[in-house]
Amino acid sequence: MDFYFGLAQIIGVHTLLGLSAYIVLLTGQVSLAQAGFFAVGAYVAGMLTVLAGWAILPALAVSSLFGGAVACAVGFPALRVKGLMLVIATLAFGEAVRLFFFNFDYQVAKGGVKLGPVGGEGFRQIRYFPEHGWTTMEVMLFIWGFVILAMALLWWFDRSRYGAVLRAVGEDELAAQSVGINLTAVKVSAMTVGGMIAGLGGGIYAHYTTHIEHASFGILLATFALAYPILGGLESVFGTVVAVVFVQGLLVEGLRFLGDWRNLLFGALIVLAMNVRPKGFLDAPALLWIGRIFRGRRGAA
Amino acid sequence: MALLELKGVSRHFGGVRAVDGLDLAVEAGQIFGLIGPNGSGKSTTVNLITGLFALTSGSIAFDGRDFGALPTHLRLGRGVARSFQNIRLFGQLTVWQNLWVAQNSPADHAKRGFLSRWLGGQGDVREEISQLLEFSGLAHKQDELAANLAFGEQRRLELARALATRPKLVLLDEPAAGMNNEEIGLLRDRILKMRAQGITVLLVEHVMELVMDVTDRIAVLNFGQKIAEGTPSEIQADAAVRKAYLGGETA
Repeated sequence: MDFYFGLAQIIGVHTLLGLSAYIVLLTGQVSLAQAGFFAVGAYVAGMLTVLAGWAILPALAVSSLFGGAVACAVGFPALRVKGLMLVIATLAFGEAVRLFFFNFDYQVAKGGVKLGPVGGEGFRQIRYFPEHGWTTMEVMLFIWGFVILAMALLWWFDRSRYGAVLRAVGEDELAAQSVGINLTAVKVSAMTVGGMIAGLGGGIYAHYTTHIEHASFGILLATFALAYPILGGLESVFGTVVAVVFVQGLLVEGLRFLGDWRNLLFGALIVLAMNVRPKGFLDAPALLWIGRIFRGRRGAA
Repeated sequence: MALLELKGVSRHFGGVRAVDGLDLAVEAGQIFGLIGPNGSGKSTTVNLITGLFALTSGSIAFDGRDFGALPTHLRLGRGVARSFQNIRLFGQLTVWQNLWVAQNSPADHAKRGFLSRWLGGQGDVREEISQLLEFSGLAHKQDELAANLAFGEQRRLELARALATRPKLVLLDEPAAGMNNEEIGLLRDRILKMRAQGITVLLVEHVMELVMDVTDRIAVLNFGQKIAEGTPSEIQADAAVRKAYLGGETA
Protein backbone atom coordinates (compact mmCIF):
# COMPACT_ATOMS: atom_id res chain seq x y z
CA MET A 1 0.00 0.00 0.00
CA ASP A 2 2.86 2.35 0.82
CA PHE A 3 3.88 2.24 -2.84
CA TYR A 4 0.56 3.76 -3.86
CA PHE A 5 0.70 6.34 -1.09
CA GLY A 6 4.17 7.27 -2.27
CA LEU A 7 2.90 7.58 -5.83
CA ALA A 8 0.01 9.74 -4.63
CA GLN A 9 2.58 11.99 -2.90
CA ILE A 10 4.50 12.44 -6.14
CA ILE A 11 1.29 13.12 -8.05
CA GLY A 12 0.21 15.66 -5.43
CA VAL A 13 3.46 17.61 -5.51
CA HIS A 14 3.62 17.57 -9.29
CA THR A 15 0.02 18.80 -9.41
CA LEU A 16 1.08 21.82 -7.37
CA LEU A 17 3.93 22.40 -9.80
CA GLY A 18 1.54 22.10 -12.76
CA LEU A 19 -1.01 24.44 -11.17
CA SER A 20 1.68 27.05 -10.69
CA ALA A 21 2.26 27.02 -14.45
CA TYR A 22 -1.49 26.82 -15.18
CA ILE A 23 -2.34 30.28 -13.86
CA VAL A 24 0.61 31.86 -15.68
CA LEU A 25 -0.39 30.10 -18.92
CA LEU A 26 -3.89 31.56 -18.65
CA THR A 27 -2.39 34.99 -19.31
CA GLY A 28 -0.68 33.62 -22.42
CA GLN A 29 2.80 33.62 -20.89
CA VAL A 30 5.01 30.56 -21.29
CA SER A 31 7.25 30.47 -18.23
CA LEU A 32 10.11 28.04 -17.66
CA ALA A 33 10.80 29.66 -14.30
CA GLN A 34 8.35 27.55 -12.28
CA ALA A 35 11.03 24.95 -11.45
CA GLY A 36 13.15 27.81 -10.11
CA PHE A 37 10.39 28.95 -7.72
CA PHE A 38 9.90 25.30 -6.76
CA ALA A 39 13.64 25.03 -5.94
CA VAL A 40 13.58 28.21 -3.86
CA GLY A 41 10.63 26.85 -1.88
CA ALA A 42 12.36 23.50 -1.35
CA TYR A 43 15.57 24.99 0.05
CA VAL A 44 13.80 27.61 2.17
CA ALA A 45 11.41 25.13 3.78
CA GLY A 46 14.19 22.57 4.31
CA MET A 47 16.47 25.07 5.98
CA LEU A 48 13.68 26.32 8.22
CA THR A 49 12.74 22.90 9.61
CA VAL A 50 16.25 21.41 9.73
CA LEU A 51 18.43 24.37 10.68
CA ALA A 52 15.99 26.70 12.44
CA GLY A 53 13.92 23.92 13.96
CA TRP A 54 10.58 25.30 12.74
CA ALA A 55 7.42 23.23 12.53
CA ILE A 56 6.35 22.15 9.07
CA LEU A 57 3.34 24.46 8.64
CA PRO A 58 5.04 27.81 9.26
CA ALA A 59 8.01 26.60 7.21
CA LEU A 60 5.72 25.88 4.26
CA ALA A 61 3.96 29.22 4.68
CA VAL A 62 7.29 31.02 4.48
CA SER A 63 8.52 28.93 1.54
CA SER A 64 5.31 29.79 -0.29
CA LEU A 65 5.71 33.51 0.44
CA PHE A 66 9.34 33.29 -0.64
CA GLY A 67 8.38 31.65 -3.93
CA GLY A 68 5.76 34.35 -4.49
CA ALA A 69 8.18 37.17 -3.69
CA VAL A 70 10.83 35.82 -6.05
CA ALA A 71 8.21 35.33 -8.78
CA CYS A 72 6.96 38.88 -8.30
CA ALA A 73 10.50 40.26 -8.52
CA VAL A 74 11.27 38.19 -11.62
CA GLY A 75 7.87 38.98 -13.14
CA PHE A 76 8.36 42.72 -13.46
CA PRO A 77 11.38 42.63 -15.77
CA ALA A 78 10.66 39.26 -17.40
CA LEU A 79 7.09 40.05 -18.41
CA ARG A 80 8.20 43.05 -20.41
CA VAL A 81 9.19 40.55 -23.08
CA LYS A 82 6.84 38.18 -24.85
CA GLY A 83 6.72 34.83 -26.59
CA LEU A 84 10.06 33.17 -27.26
CA MET A 85 11.94 35.99 -25.55
CA LEU A 86 10.05 35.27 -22.34
CA VAL A 87 10.79 31.55 -22.67
CA ILE A 88 14.51 32.33 -22.89
CA ALA A 89 14.39 34.88 -20.06
CA THR A 90 12.60 32.49 -17.70
CA LEU A 91 14.82 29.58 -18.76
CA ALA A 92 17.85 31.70 -17.87
CA PHE A 93 16.31 32.51 -14.50
CA GLY A 94 15.65 28.83 -13.77
CA GLU A 95 19.24 27.94 -14.61
CA ALA A 96 20.52 30.82 -12.47
CA VAL A 97 18.58 29.47 -9.50
CA ARG A 98 19.89 25.96 -10.10
CA LEU A 99 23.49 27.20 -10.32
CA PHE A 100 23.00 29.29 -7.20
CA PHE A 101 22.09 26.16 -5.23
CA PHE A 102 24.93 24.26 -6.91
CA ASN A 103 27.28 26.70 -5.20
CA PHE A 104 25.31 27.24 -2.02
CA ASP A 105 27.02 26.06 1.19
CA TYR A 106 25.43 26.78 4.51
CA GLN A 107 26.02 24.27 7.26
CA VAL A 108 25.31 24.39 10.95
CA ALA A 109 26.50 21.84 13.53
CA LYS A 110 23.52 20.23 15.26
CA GLY A 111 24.14 17.59 17.90
CA GLY A 112 27.61 16.88 16.55
CA VAL A 113 26.43 16.52 12.93
CA LYS A 114 26.80 19.21 10.31
CA LEU A 115 23.51 19.84 8.57
CA GLY A 116 22.46 22.06 5.67
CA PRO A 117 22.94 22.48 1.93
CA VAL A 118 26.39 21.50 0.63
CA GLY A 119 26.67 22.81 -2.91
CA GLY A 120 26.66 20.08 -5.52
CA GLU A 121 26.09 17.33 -3.00
CA GLY A 122 22.76 18.84 -2.12
CA PHE A 123 20.86 19.10 1.11
CA ARG A 124 20.44 15.81 2.98
CA GLN A 125 18.61 14.81 6.12
CA ILE A 126 15.43 16.85 5.76
CA ARG A 127 13.81 14.42 8.14
CA TYR A 128 10.90 16.30 9.65
CA PHE A 129 8.30 13.67 8.72
CA PRO A 130 10.17 10.55 9.93
CA GLU A 131 11.42 12.34 13.07
CA HIS A 132 7.86 13.23 13.99
CA GLY A 133 6.61 9.76 13.23
CA TRP A 134 4.36 10.57 10.26
CA THR A 135 3.28 7.53 8.26
CA THR A 136 3.36 7.55 4.48
CA MET A 137 -0.40 7.80 4.45
CA GLU A 138 -0.41 10.79 6.76
CA VAL A 139 2.14 12.58 4.61
CA MET A 140 0.08 11.76 1.53
CA LEU A 141 -3.09 13.18 3.12
CA PHE A 142 -1.15 16.25 4.26
CA ILE A 143 0.06 16.86 0.69
CA TRP A 144 -3.37 16.39 -0.83
CA GLY A 145 -4.85 18.83 1.67
CA PHE A 146 -2.65 21.50 0.10
CA VAL A 147 -3.37 20.31 -3.43
CA ILE A 148 -7.10 20.65 -2.80
CA LEU A 149 -6.55 24.06 -1.24
CA ALA A 150 -4.58 25.28 -4.27
CA MET A 151 -7.14 23.82 -6.67
CA ALA A 152 -9.99 25.44 -4.78
CA LEU A 153 -8.21 28.79 -4.96
CA LEU A 154 -7.61 28.57 -8.71
CA TRP A 155 -11.09 27.20 -9.32
CA TRP A 156 -12.50 30.22 -7.52
CA PHE A 157 -10.28 32.55 -9.54
CA ASP A 158 -11.57 30.90 -12.70
CA ARG A 159 -15.14 31.74 -11.81
CA SER A 160 -14.39 35.30 -10.70
CA ARG A 161 -13.81 38.37 -12.80
CA TYR A 162 -10.09 37.98 -12.14
CA GLY A 163 -10.10 34.67 -13.98
CA ALA A 164 -11.96 36.15 -16.93
CA VAL A 165 -9.45 39.02 -17.03
CA LEU A 166 -6.52 36.55 -16.99
CA ARG A 167 -7.98 34.78 -20.02
CA ALA A 168 -8.77 38.08 -21.73
CA VAL A 169 -5.11 39.10 -21.41
CA GLY A 170 -4.09 35.69 -22.74
CA GLU A 171 -6.28 36.16 -25.79
CA ASP A 172 -5.58 39.71 -26.88
CA GLU A 173 -3.30 42.04 -24.95
CA LEU A 174 -4.10 44.99 -27.14
CA ALA A 175 -7.84 44.71 -26.67
CA ALA A 176 -7.34 44.06 -22.95
CA GLN A 177 -5.37 47.30 -22.57
CA SER A 178 -8.04 49.13 -24.49
CA VAL A 179 -10.75 48.16 -22.02
CA GLY A 180 -8.61 49.46 -19.17
CA ILE A 181 -6.84 46.32 -18.00
CA ASN A 182 -3.39 46.97 -16.55
CA LEU A 183 -1.35 44.27 -18.30
CA THR A 184 1.65 44.46 -15.99
CA ALA A 185 -0.45 44.16 -12.84
CA VAL A 186 -2.42 41.21 -14.20
CA LYS A 187 0.60 39.30 -15.49
CA VAL A 188 2.75 39.92 -12.42
CA SER A 189 -0.10 38.94 -10.10
CA ALA A 190 -0.57 35.66 -11.98
CA MET A 191 3.17 35.05 -11.82
CA THR A 192 3.16 35.78 -8.07
CA VAL A 193 0.30 33.40 -7.35
CA GLY A 194 2.08 30.81 -9.51
CA GLY A 195 5.29 31.41 -7.56
CA MET A 196 3.49 30.93 -4.25
CA ILE A 197 2.01 27.62 -5.37
CA ALA A 198 5.38 26.47 -6.73
CA GLY A 199 7.14 27.55 -3.52
CA LEU A 200 4.64 25.57 -1.48
CA GLY A 201 5.06 22.53 -3.75
CA GLY A 202 8.85 22.77 -3.45
CA GLY A 203 8.66 22.99 0.32
CA ILE A 204 6.58 19.83 0.47
CA TYR A 205 8.82 18.08 -2.05
CA ALA A 206 11.92 18.74 0.08
CA HIS A 207 10.28 17.00 3.03
CA TYR A 208 8.96 13.89 1.39
CA THR A 209 12.18 13.15 -0.50
CA THR A 210 14.35 14.20 2.51
CA HIS A 211 17.19 14.95 0.08
CA ILE A 212 17.25 17.75 -2.49
CA GLU A 213 19.98 18.74 -4.90
CA HIS A 214 20.35 21.27 -7.67
CA ALA A 215 20.10 18.68 -10.45
CA SER A 216 16.46 17.94 -9.59
CA PHE A 217 15.38 21.46 -10.48
CA GLY A 218 16.64 21.72 -14.05
CA ILE A 219 15.03 22.25 -17.40
CA LEU A 220 13.34 18.84 -17.28
CA LEU A 221 11.27 19.78 -14.25
CA ALA A 222 10.44 23.16 -15.81
CA THR A 223 9.23 21.35 -18.92
CA PHE A 224 7.07 19.00 -16.85
CA ALA A 225 5.54 22.02 -15.09
CA LEU A 226 4.42 23.40 -18.44
CA ALA A 227 3.46 20.04 -19.91
CA TYR A 228 0.87 19.22 -17.23
CA PRO A 229 -1.53 22.13 -17.80
CA ILE A 230 -1.04 22.04 -21.56
CA LEU A 231 -1.63 18.29 -21.73
CA GLY A 232 -4.58 18.55 -19.35
CA GLY A 233 -6.15 21.54 -21.03
CA LEU A 234 -6.51 25.13 -19.90
CA GLU A 235 -10.28 25.01 -19.55
CA SER A 236 -10.22 23.82 -15.96
CA VAL A 237 -7.83 23.17 -13.08
CA PHE A 238 -8.92 19.52 -13.09
CA GLY A 239 -7.20 19.02 -16.44
CA THR A 240 -3.82 19.52 -14.77
CA VAL A 241 -4.55 16.78 -12.21
CA VAL A 242 -5.64 14.39 -14.94
CA ALA A 243 -2.44 15.11 -16.86
CA VAL A 244 -0.23 14.53 -13.81
CA VAL A 245 -1.95 11.21 -13.13
CA PHE A 246 -1.46 10.27 -16.78
CA VAL A 247 2.24 11.21 -16.82
CA GLN A 248 3.38 10.22 -13.32
CA GLY A 249 0.99 7.35 -12.71
CA LEU A 250 0.60 5.80 -16.13
CA LEU A 251 3.72 6.72 -18.07
CA VAL A 252 6.42 6.91 -15.37
CA GLU A 253 5.20 4.14 -13.03
CA GLY A 254 2.88 2.10 -15.24
CA LEU A 255 5.48 1.57 -17.95
CA ARG A 256 8.36 0.72 -15.61
CA PHE A 257 8.23 -2.96 -16.68
CA LEU A 258 9.40 -1.89 -20.15
CA GLY A 259 12.86 -0.94 -18.86
CA ASP A 260 14.81 1.28 -21.23
CA TRP A 261 12.00 1.24 -23.77
CA ARG A 262 9.91 3.28 -21.40
CA ASN A 263 11.54 6.60 -22.25
CA LEU A 264 10.93 6.06 -25.94
CA LEU A 265 7.29 5.16 -25.44
CA PHE A 266 6.91 7.99 -22.94
CA GLY A 267 7.62 10.65 -25.55
CA ALA A 268 5.55 8.88 -28.19
CA LEU A 269 2.52 8.62 -25.92
CA ILE A 270 2.65 12.32 -25.07
CA VAL A 271 2.79 13.18 -28.76
CA LEU A 272 -0.09 10.78 -29.39
CA ALA A 273 -2.12 12.29 -26.55
CA MET A 274 -1.61 15.79 -27.90
CA ASN A 275 -2.70 14.66 -31.35
CA VAL A 276 -5.82 12.93 -30.14
CA ARG A 277 -6.73 15.75 -27.77
CA PRO A 278 -5.08 18.91 -29.11
CA LYS A 279 -6.84 21.17 -26.61
CA GLY A 280 -5.95 18.95 -23.67
CA PHE A 281 -7.63 15.99 -21.96
CA LEU A 282 -10.34 18.14 -20.42
CA ASP A 283 -11.28 20.48 -23.26
CA ALA A 284 -14.57 22.34 -23.44
CA PRO A 285 -16.65 19.47 -24.98
CA ALA A 286 -15.22 16.98 -22.46
CA LEU A 287 -16.15 19.24 -19.55
CA LEU A 288 -19.65 19.71 -20.96
CA TRP A 289 -20.02 15.94 -21.25
CA ILE A 290 -18.83 15.37 -17.66
CA GLY A 291 -21.13 18.11 -16.44
CA ARG A 292 -24.08 16.42 -18.16
CA ILE A 293 -23.28 13.06 -16.55
CA PHE A 294 -23.21 14.64 -13.09
CA ARG A 295 -26.40 16.55 -13.64
CA GLY A 296 -28.09 13.47 -15.08
CA ARG A 297 -27.17 11.41 -12.04
CA ARG A 298 -28.44 14.04 -9.67
CA GLY A 299 -31.67 14.20 -11.65
CA ALA A 300 -32.13 10.41 -11.43
CA ALA A 301 -31.53 10.37 -7.67
CA MET B 1 -13.57 73.99 -23.69
CA ALA B 2 -13.14 71.00 -25.90
CA LEU B 3 -13.38 67.50 -24.38
CA LEU B 4 -10.61 66.19 -26.62
CA GLU B 5 -7.95 68.49 -27.98
CA LEU B 6 -5.10 67.51 -30.29
CA LYS B 7 -2.44 70.13 -30.94
CA GLY B 8 0.21 69.69 -33.62
CA VAL B 9 0.00 65.92 -33.29
CA SER B 10 2.45 63.98 -35.45
CA ARG B 11 3.39 60.36 -35.82
CA HIS B 12 6.14 59.37 -38.22
CA PHE B 13 7.05 55.78 -39.11
CA GLY B 14 10.57 56.17 -40.44
CA GLY B 15 10.12 58.55 -43.36
CA VAL B 16 6.35 58.08 -43.55
CA ARG B 17 4.38 60.88 -41.96
CA ALA B 18 1.26 58.94 -41.06
CA VAL B 19 -0.11 61.88 -39.10
CA ASP B 20 1.49 65.27 -39.54
CA GLY B 21 0.77 68.35 -37.44
CA LEU B 22 -2.87 67.53 -36.76
CA ASP B 23 -5.06 69.91 -34.73
CA LEU B 24 -8.46 68.64 -33.64
CA ALA B 25 -10.97 69.84 -31.06
CA VAL B 26 -13.94 67.64 -30.20
CA GLU B 27 -16.58 69.32 -28.03
CA ALA B 28 -18.38 67.38 -25.33
CA GLY B 29 -21.67 65.93 -26.57
CA GLN B 30 -20.70 66.07 -30.23
CA ILE B 31 -20.64 63.33 -32.78
CA PHE B 32 -17.45 64.17 -34.59
CA GLY B 33 -16.65 62.55 -37.93
CA LEU B 34 -13.12 61.81 -39.07
CA ILE B 35 -12.96 60.87 -42.73
CA GLY B 36 -10.41 60.62 -45.49
CA PRO B 37 -9.18 58.22 -48.20
CA ASN B 38 -7.45 54.95 -47.27
CA GLY B 39 -4.06 55.54 -45.64
CA SER B 40 -4.84 59.13 -44.73
CA GLY B 41 -4.01 58.57 -41.04
CA LYS B 42 -7.45 58.07 -39.45
CA SER B 43 -6.67 54.82 -37.65
CA THR B 44 -3.25 56.12 -36.64
CA THR B 45 -4.99 59.10 -35.06
CA VAL B 46 -7.26 56.76 -33.09
CA ASN B 47 -4.23 54.75 -31.96
CA LEU B 48 -2.47 57.95 -30.88
CA ILE B 49 -5.48 59.07 -28.87
CA THR B 50 -5.75 55.69 -27.11
CA GLY B 51 -2.00 55.47 -26.57
CA LEU B 52 -1.24 52.36 -28.64
CA PHE B 53 1.26 54.49 -30.56
CA ALA B 54 3.53 57.07 -28.95
CA LEU B 55 3.43 60.64 -30.25
CA THR B 56 6.34 61.78 -32.39
CA SER B 57 5.44 65.35 -31.46
CA GLY B 58 2.47 67.42 -30.36
CA SER B 59 0.12 67.12 -27.41
CA ILE B 60 -3.22 65.53 -26.58
CA ALA B 61 -5.45 66.89 -23.83
CA PHE B 62 -8.60 65.22 -22.56
CA ASP B 63 -11.05 66.87 -20.21
CA GLY B 64 -8.63 69.78 -19.85
CA ARG B 65 -5.67 67.64 -18.78
CA ASP B 66 -2.72 66.57 -20.89
CA PHE B 67 -2.64 62.83 -21.32
CA GLY B 68 -0.34 62.24 -24.28
CA ALA B 69 2.14 60.28 -22.15
CA LEU B 70 -0.28 58.04 -20.22
CA PRO B 71 -0.32 54.29 -20.87
CA THR B 72 -3.41 52.96 -22.66
CA HIS B 73 -5.21 51.48 -19.69
CA LEU B 74 -5.01 54.75 -17.74
CA ARG B 75 -6.42 56.74 -20.65
CA LEU B 76 -9.40 54.46 -20.43
CA GLY B 77 -9.61 55.29 -16.76
CA ARG B 78 -10.02 58.94 -17.77
CA GLY B 79 -12.96 57.97 -19.98
CA VAL B 80 -11.74 57.10 -23.49
CA ALA B 81 -12.99 53.83 -24.99
CA ARG B 82 -12.74 52.47 -28.51
CA SER B 83 -13.78 49.85 -31.01
CA PHE B 84 -11.37 48.31 -33.48
CA GLN B 85 -11.46 48.39 -37.26
CA ASN B 86 -10.64 44.67 -37.41
CA ILE B 87 -12.79 43.34 -34.58
CA ARG B 88 -10.79 42.36 -31.49
CA LEU B 89 -13.02 40.51 -29.08
CA PHE B 90 -12.00 37.96 -26.47
CA GLY B 91 -13.17 35.06 -28.62
CA GLN B 92 -12.93 32.29 -26.05
CA LEU B 93 -14.85 34.26 -23.44
CA THR B 94 -18.63 34.40 -23.53
CA VAL B 95 -20.49 37.51 -24.66
CA TRP B 96 -21.34 38.18 -21.03
CA GLN B 97 -17.72 37.82 -19.90
CA ASN B 98 -16.52 40.17 -22.64
CA LEU B 99 -18.54 42.92 -21.01
CA TRP B 100 -17.60 41.80 -17.51
CA VAL B 101 -13.84 42.14 -17.99
CA ALA B 102 -14.33 45.67 -19.37
CA GLN B 103 -15.66 47.02 -16.07
CA ASN B 104 -12.52 48.87 -15.07
CA SER B 105 -13.76 52.44 -14.83
CA PRO B 106 -13.17 54.69 -11.82
CA ALA B 107 -16.93 54.55 -11.24
CA ASP B 108 -16.71 50.76 -10.92
CA HIS B 109 -13.76 51.16 -8.56
CA ALA B 110 -15.76 53.54 -6.39
CA LYS B 111 -18.78 51.26 -6.36
CA ARG B 112 -17.10 48.04 -5.31
CA GLY B 113 -14.12 47.26 -3.11
CA PHE B 114 -10.99 45.61 -4.47
CA LEU B 115 -11.91 42.08 -3.46
CA SER B 116 -15.49 42.12 -4.65
CA ARG B 117 -14.41 43.74 -7.91
CA TRP B 118 -11.85 41.06 -8.69
CA LEU B 119 -12.95 37.96 -6.83
CA GLY B 120 -16.68 38.57 -6.68
CA GLY B 121 -19.01 36.39 -8.73
CA GLN B 122 -21.23 37.29 -11.62
CA GLY B 123 -24.26 38.08 -9.47
CA ASP B 124 -23.15 41.56 -8.37
CA VAL B 125 -23.07 43.07 -11.83
CA ARG B 126 -25.89 41.21 -13.57
CA GLU B 127 -28.13 44.25 -13.86
CA GLU B 128 -25.55 46.57 -15.46
CA ILE B 129 -24.51 43.98 -17.99
CA SER B 130 -28.11 43.09 -18.82
CA GLN B 131 -28.71 46.71 -19.78
CA LEU B 132 -25.74 46.71 -22.14
CA LEU B 133 -26.85 43.41 -23.68
CA GLU B 134 -30.31 44.87 -24.17
CA PHE B 135 -28.86 48.01 -25.75
CA SER B 136 -26.89 46.01 -28.30
CA GLY B 137 -29.55 43.37 -28.91
CA LEU B 138 -27.38 40.51 -27.67
CA ALA B 139 -29.35 39.42 -24.61
CA HIS B 140 -30.28 36.07 -26.17
CA LYS B 141 -26.60 35.35 -26.95
CA GLN B 142 -25.11 36.15 -23.57
CA ASP B 143 -23.68 32.66 -22.94
CA GLU B 144 -22.37 32.17 -26.46
CA LEU B 145 -18.60 32.34 -27.03
CA ALA B 146 -17.76 35.64 -28.70
CA ALA B 147 -15.88 33.78 -31.44
CA ASN B 148 -19.11 32.00 -32.46
CA LEU B 149 -21.09 35.19 -33.10
CA ALA B 150 -22.00 36.38 -36.58
CA PHE B 151 -20.03 39.31 -37.93
CA GLY B 152 -22.67 41.96 -37.24
CA GLU B 153 -23.16 40.65 -33.71
CA GLN B 154 -19.44 40.83 -33.08
CA ARG B 155 -19.43 44.49 -34.08
CA ARG B 156 -22.34 45.13 -31.73
CA LEU B 157 -20.55 43.35 -28.91
CA GLU B 158 -17.43 45.44 -29.47
CA LEU B 159 -19.50 48.59 -29.15
CA ALA B 160 -21.17 47.25 -26.00
CA ARG B 161 -17.76 46.36 -24.56
CA ALA B 162 -16.57 49.93 -25.13
CA LEU B 163 -19.69 51.21 -23.34
CA ALA B 164 -19.10 48.80 -20.44
CA THR B 165 -16.08 50.92 -19.54
CA ARG B 166 -18.44 53.89 -18.86
CA PRO B 167 -16.66 56.22 -21.26
CA LYS B 168 -17.02 59.95 -21.81
CA LEU B 169 -15.67 59.59 -25.33
CA VAL B 170 -15.98 56.59 -27.63
CA LEU B 171 -13.73 56.24 -30.65
CA LEU B 172 -15.42 54.14 -33.30
CA ASP B 173 -12.99 52.91 -35.96
CA GLU B 174 -15.06 52.04 -39.03
CA PRO B 175 -17.99 50.50 -37.13
CA ALA B 176 -20.07 50.10 -40.29
CA ALA B 177 -17.44 48.22 -42.34
CA GLY B 178 -18.98 45.10 -43.84
CA MET B 179 -22.51 45.90 -42.67
CA ASN B 180 -25.66 45.87 -44.78
CA ASN B 181 -28.07 48.81 -44.92
CA GLU B 182 -30.37 47.49 -42.24
CA GLU B 183 -27.47 46.97 -39.82
CA ILE B 184 -26.12 50.43 -40.61
CA GLY B 185 -29.54 51.87 -39.75
CA LEU B 186 -29.44 50.13 -36.37
CA LEU B 187 -25.88 51.34 -35.80
CA ARG B 188 -27.01 54.89 -36.57
CA ASP B 189 -29.76 54.62 -33.95
CA ARG B 190 -27.25 53.35 -31.40
CA ILE B 191 -24.80 56.16 -32.06
CA LEU B 192 -27.58 58.73 -31.64
CA LYS B 193 -28.70 57.02 -28.42
CA MET B 194 -25.15 57.20 -27.10
CA ARG B 195 -25.11 60.93 -27.67
CA ALA B 196 -28.46 61.22 -25.94
CA GLN B 197 -26.84 59.53 -22.94
CA GLY B 198 -24.17 62.23 -22.92
CA ILE B 199 -21.38 60.24 -24.58
CA THR B 200 -19.18 62.05 -27.07
CA VAL B 201 -18.41 60.07 -30.23
CA LEU B 202 -15.47 60.26 -32.60
CA LEU B 203 -16.57 58.39 -35.70
CA VAL B 204 -14.00 57.19 -38.23
CA GLU B 205 -15.96 55.88 -41.18
CA HIS B 206 -16.02 55.32 -44.92
CA VAL B 207 -19.78 54.94 -45.23
CA MET B 208 -20.61 58.55 -46.15
CA GLU B 209 -24.39 58.24 -45.78
CA LEU B 210 -23.85 57.39 -42.11
CA VAL B 211 -21.24 60.08 -41.49
CA MET B 212 -23.24 62.85 -43.18
CA ASP B 213 -26.38 61.72 -41.38
CA VAL B 214 -25.24 61.57 -37.75
CA THR B 215 -22.25 63.86 -37.29
CA ASP B 216 -22.30 67.42 -36.00
CA ARG B 217 -18.89 68.23 -37.35
CA ILE B 218 -16.40 66.54 -39.66
CA ALA B 219 -12.66 66.75 -40.17
CA VAL B 220 -11.13 65.41 -43.39
CA LEU B 221 -7.62 63.93 -43.47
CA ASN B 222 -5.40 63.37 -46.46
CA PHE B 223 -1.78 62.20 -46.26
CA GLY B 224 -1.82 62.72 -42.49
CA GLN B 225 -2.92 66.35 -42.65
CA LYS B 226 -6.26 67.99 -42.07
CA ILE B 227 -7.51 69.42 -45.35
CA ALA B 228 -10.93 70.57 -44.24
CA GLU B 229 -13.21 70.84 -41.24
CA GLY B 230 -16.82 71.92 -40.90
CA THR B 231 -20.42 70.83 -40.75
CA PRO B 232 -21.48 67.94 -43.01
CA SER B 233 -22.97 70.32 -45.59
CA GLU B 234 -19.83 72.46 -45.64
CA ILE B 235 -17.69 69.38 -46.17
CA GLN B 236 -19.88 68.14 -49.02
CA ALA B 237 -19.37 71.46 -50.78
CA ASP B 238 -15.61 71.63 -50.17
CA ALA B 239 -13.47 71.56 -53.30
CA ALA B 240 -10.34 70.21 -51.59
CA VAL B 241 -12.32 67.29 -50.19
CA ARG B 242 -13.75 66.38 -53.57
CA LYS B 243 -10.28 66.47 -55.04
CA ALA B 244 -8.87 64.19 -52.32
CA TYR B 245 -11.63 61.63 -52.81
CA LEU B 246 -12.12 61.79 -56.57
CA GLY B 247 -8.61 62.82 -57.64
CA GLY B 248 -7.64 65.43 -60.21
CA GLU B 249 -9.53 68.68 -60.80
CA THR B 250 -13.19 68.86 -59.98
CA ALA B 251 -15.64 70.36 -62.35
